[in-house]
Amino acid sequence: MSKSKFKNPVVKWIDHRLPVFSFMDHELNHYPTPKNLNYFWNFGSLAGFALVTMIVTGIVLSMNYTAHVDYAFDSVERIMRDVNHGWLIRYIHMNGASFFFIVVYIHIFRGLYYGSYKAPRELLWILGVLILLLMMATAFMGYVLPWGQMSFWGATVITNLFSAIPLVGESIVTWLWGGFSVDNSTLNRFFSLHFVLPFVIVGVVILHLVALHRFGSNNPIGIDVSGTQDTVPFSPYYTIKDLFGLSVFLSFFAAAVFFFPNFMGHPDNYIEANPMVTPAHIVPEWYFLPFYAILRAIPDKLGGVLFMFGAIAVLFILPWLDRSSVRSSQFRPIYKIFFWILLLDCILLGYLGAMPAEGIYVILSRIATAYYFFHFLILFPLLPYIEKTKPLPISISEPILGGGSTASAFAVREKK
Amino acid sequence: MTIASSIFFNNNILKVFLSLVIISLSNLSFAAGEKIIYPQLNWTFSGILGTFDRASQQRGLQVYKEVCSGCHGMRLLAYRNLKSIGYNDDEIKAFAAENSVNTINDDGEVVERPARPSDKFVSPYPNDKAARAANGGAYPPDLSLIVKARPDGANYLHALLTGYVDAPAEINVPDGMYYNKYYSGNLIGMPQPLYDDGVEYADGTKATPDQMAKDVTAFLAWASEPEMEDRKRLGISVMLFLLLLTALSYFAMKQIWAPIKNQ
Repeated sequence: MSKSKFKNPVVKWIDHRLPVFSFMDHELNHYPTPKNLNYFWNFGSLAGFALVTMIVTGIVLSMNYTAHVDYAFDSVERIMRDVNHGWLIRYIHMNGASFFFIVVYIHIFRGLYYGSYKAPRELLWILGVLILLLMMATAFMGYVLPWGQMSFWGATVITNLFSAIPLVGESIVTWLWGGFSVDNSTLNRFFSLHFVLPFVIVGVVILHLVALHRFGSNNPIGIDVSGTQDTVPFSPYYTIKDLFGLSVFLSFFAAAVFFFPNFMGHPDNYIEANPMVTPAHIVPEWYFLPFYAILRAIPDKLGGVLFMFGAIAVLFILPWLDRSSVRSSQFRPIYKIFFWILLLDCILLGYLGAMPAEGIYVILSRIATAYYFFHFLILFPLLPYIEKTKPLPISISEPILGGGSTASAFAVREKK
Repeated sequence: MTIASSIFFNNNILKVFLSLVIISLSNLSFAAGEKIIYPQLNWTFSGILGTFDRASQQRGLQVYKEVCSGCHGMRLLAYRNLKSIGYNDDEIKAFAAENSVNTINDDGEVVERPARPSDKFVSPYPNDKAARAANGGAYPPDLSLIVKARPDGANYLHALLTGYVDAPAEINVPDGMYYNKYYSGNLIGMPQPLYDDGVEYADGTKATPDQMAKDVTAFLAWASEPEMEDRKRLGISVMLFLLLLTALSYFAMKQIWAPIKNQ
């Protein structure tokens, strides 16, 4: 047996044949990580934690849930009232969805701020956007399961979007529903898909991690790691930092679950679904509101659907839209300003998504939608031509600035 | 200090980011509705330490039973649940037995038997259509979740129950409709339910409409969230644990990172 780093004979024996321990030691213990990561780099592990929490609580909920239009609402209430600590499991799952999105949105904006999507991490980013898309599908179908008024009407509105597709739209909607309206077969398939998609997400998360560990984390300065002096082993430095981040996250999460469990929900969803009564305002969950605002900003139904999906599609091609090779906004004075404008724009879209589609709200949604696409399709490709980036440091551990040149992003690209 | 560590300690971005997230969350949850302002009451059960007032809940059950239950069901509540608002087994048994439920006997015939503590509250109507037919087409909603199913539910309910006033002269109130200043659209199918001394409280509390509205709201708030007291109690322990964990992990992190920071 070759010289092993493990002392325990059982571990040594297994690792020689199935090197899982070496793998874990390499990827979770020694894994060299830039030493200058700030707290925004906590949100990746938090997202992973949220995913596992959702799967565990979801499996327990599914043991007590009945996917049938006549029983779904009451079975959820039975969980809330009669299943031991069922209220806790359900409130964790319900608020967990919101917190998962909070964490993932911060994770995405961190990537945008520090240019984490740029070469060589394009596939890492694309897999991340794919996870976001899968999360949205999963969350949407999960929200239908309690079979409240917002569940039913949200499902009706969103599935109806596909009817905008020319020629085959109506047939596709009927196919999605498994009938001629949102009904029992819709609820059944949504439950089935809501159960299985999280495991698809786990699969993509694994690929996301493989891609991450190929080149390691980006960092706040955005320059490549130049040697071991720039990194620390993942453990204990980032295991303890992730634990601290997790404790802070859990404090916020627990405060919501135990003291404000319905704050992010809609009261109408405690009214059982009734196809005969339409709620005054059909509002999706908060994490869909920016996209909902884009959908409603476009006066044409098909156009609205295309722009809404386009808002995600631009994220997929972002690594090639952004022509600047300087990653971190710290060295991009103009982009940095626009980053904050984009963030405010997305928050404004979220606000507008919750408002009725009338008067000033419509005009504002159109302006905000226009800015969103301007930012991705025009600003990202063209800004590097006019922006003078600040000089980059030579390395992460040496703060001395390189050469004192005020070269443009393109000049930096040429140098590489 | 290296540039790396100065970035590490740059908390301003974090602060701005978090405050934006919080602002966005507090605004996005609800769609703009009609702006009717309800009086904001001090409920014993609001706040993170709030608990239900047992006496008020029991009076509220009496109001529900003597006033509301003629039209409104509470199908998600079982008689046994009344134990958590302070009734003993015998009282619950007697309370349940005042109602009867259908069952099938050994000969296969549908017969009535007195309700048991394990039964759900018996609804006043056999089905929704019967409920509508008996109420001029308006459906009296089930009250099991009513406080959770309305924005600002407790205040709304109290306001609605005490919101019956004479209609302004310019408003024509059709037959079978009533004017309520807190109801969306002001015309409601439910006649004013609470009048002075509409019930006689055993504990001598004066049964004003305001008092009865508060009591029945306290009862219905519990019916909507029977787990609330357990939830808050457990929440306090969990928060204390997490604060400790946060503090410990923070100092452990500082200690582990000290050599790197001081390089």
